[in-house]
Amino acid sequence: MNGSGVSGFARIGPALPLGLAYLAFFVAPLFMLLAVSFFADDRLTVVGLDNWRKFLFDAFHWKVVADTLLLGLKAVFATVLLGLPLALVWRGASPFWQRVLLFVAVMPLLTSVVVRTFAWIVILGREGVVNQLVLGLGLSPEPLRLLQTEFGLVVSLTQIEMPLLLLPLLSVMARFDPNLLDASASLGASPWRTLFRVVVPLVAPGLAAGALLVFASATTAFISQSVIGGGRLVYLPALVWQQAMINANWPFAAVVAIVLLVSVSAVIAVIAYAGRVAGGHAHGTAA
Amino acid sequence: MARRRSPAEISYALVIGGLAALALVILVGPVLVVLATSFTDSRSIRFPPQGFSFRWYELLLDEVRSRPIHRAAGNTLHVAALAAGLATLGGTGAALALAGLRGRWARLADAFFMSPMVLPGLAFGLAALMYFTLLGFRPSLELLVCGHLIVVVPLVLRTVGASLSQRDPALLDASASLGASGFHTFRRVTLPLIAPGIAAGAFLAFMASVDNVPVSLFLSSARTDMLPIRMWGMMESTLDVRVAAVSGTLILVAFILMLVMERFTGLTRRMRG
Repeated sequence: MNGSGVSGFARIGPALPLGLAYLAFFVAPLFMLLAVSFFADDRLTVVGLDNWRKFLFDAFHWKVVADTLLLGLKAVFATVLLGLPLALVWRGASPFWQRVLLFVAVMPLLTSVVVRTFAWIVILGREGVVNQLVLGLGLSPEPLRLLQTEFGLVVSLTQIEMPLLLLPLLSVMARFDPNLLDASASLGASPWRTLFRVVVPLVAPGLAAGALLVFASATTAFISQSVIGGGRLVYLPALVWQQAMINANWPFAAVVAIVLLVSVSAVIAVIAYAGRVAGGHAHGTAA
Repeated sequence: MARRRSPAEISYALVIGGLAALALVILVGPVLVVLATSFTDSRSIRFPPQGFSFRWYELLLDEVRSRPIHRAAGNTLHVAALAAGLATLGGTGAALALAGLRGRWARLADAFFMSPMVLPGLAFGLAALMYFTLLGFRPSLELLVCGHLIVVVPLVLRTVGASLSQRDPALLDASASLGASGFHTFRRVTLPLIAPGIAAGAFLAFMASVDNVPVSLFLSSARTDMLPIRMWGMMESTLDVRVAAVSGTLILVAFILMLVMERFTGLTRRMRG
């Protein structure tokens, strides 16, 4: 296919059907979203910036934006805190255990998000697994409130999103040169120093790739947010859904959706950039 | 070695080992808890489950009393089969074209086609609802297929792209120098090489469509109900124990499919790649 006689069209031709589908069902809808946000009334008759003003000049909305992005960052932090050690253990495991661990890491990805959300209701509920343990061990006189708290939500998102971090992280882990670890140890570095000065910079690209998938998924995880977080914790997805489907206020829903899209994309761009800088730095010094 | 381990080594082993163990418990525990709960004999969802019975599975199979769930499951499978089929065809074509591009344009095209993976699905779901409604369409399974196609196609692009990049260019040159046409080389050399990647991509796309929430949330209606949305309704209102039975069924099906795909396509290796 990379022959010199092949015309440009034959080369990009196979991408045309999907390209057209993207234009019709992806690009055009996003432009429509942008257009709808510039209407002032629900029936889309008067053009105006009213809904943008309504969003931008209300402190409550900014708090929702901040809470949503913070939720995503907390999920990233928690998945890295648990996922990186698991990846380190995976790296040192025998081929058989590597296969088992990989299967365990991927399995949740293929069980529905709704199933995983439901699991956490069973675990965190008043009569759930955690509370049975806490009451049984006499750690607390009454059941703890874990559902409808941000702590419970972050714990749940950690499991729900962990496979997204593990897959790219493991693929980078599998590639790096084990001699570097021995070199670091034989030069007298403690395992901690080796971890932070050698391993983390080397796996930074995989870490960043996973972190941005976790961030994107956690910030838009509407069902987990609403079922585990409950009505008192408001994040952007709930605001989009409520404005579009309950209040039938499309222009305002469009504004919120665009804010979600832009703010999440901005953070993702920063994570991707950080991964490139860290990766480039590590490879620069390693070379 | 006989030397004593330093405090740093001990603390490293304890902390990293402990966190990894916690990660494993958090990954696997919930799946086991749901499976156990689905066999409960009681009307409430609690753990450990009270008694052992198949009553919730029996209720789930009851054609009259679980009709809405059956219809939602049928819709979900219908949409997933079509979306995954179209995504596999379109995605494989696009991956072939992308593999032939180099430099800045290749990176741009790749970022464009992969973007549905990181864009907030909810914003796209709302955009699709507005677009189709303002064009005069009413909610239908066909529209759901169009929406799902966009969000699942990156999975095909990734697995097929990975197997294309691993193929040996010498094989293509050999085929061409033996006088095979481009199409013949594609059919007899490239296609057999990337077939496992295509199969893995098709499977992942199918599962992602079955699982999709953000697009179905906006594009499904009472008539075109989808399983995840139905389950959400069941969890929000009365916490129907049938949710556990549906979840148990989905876990079991996913587990079996995954073992099969692992056997035939080396699925987990491809997902990692």
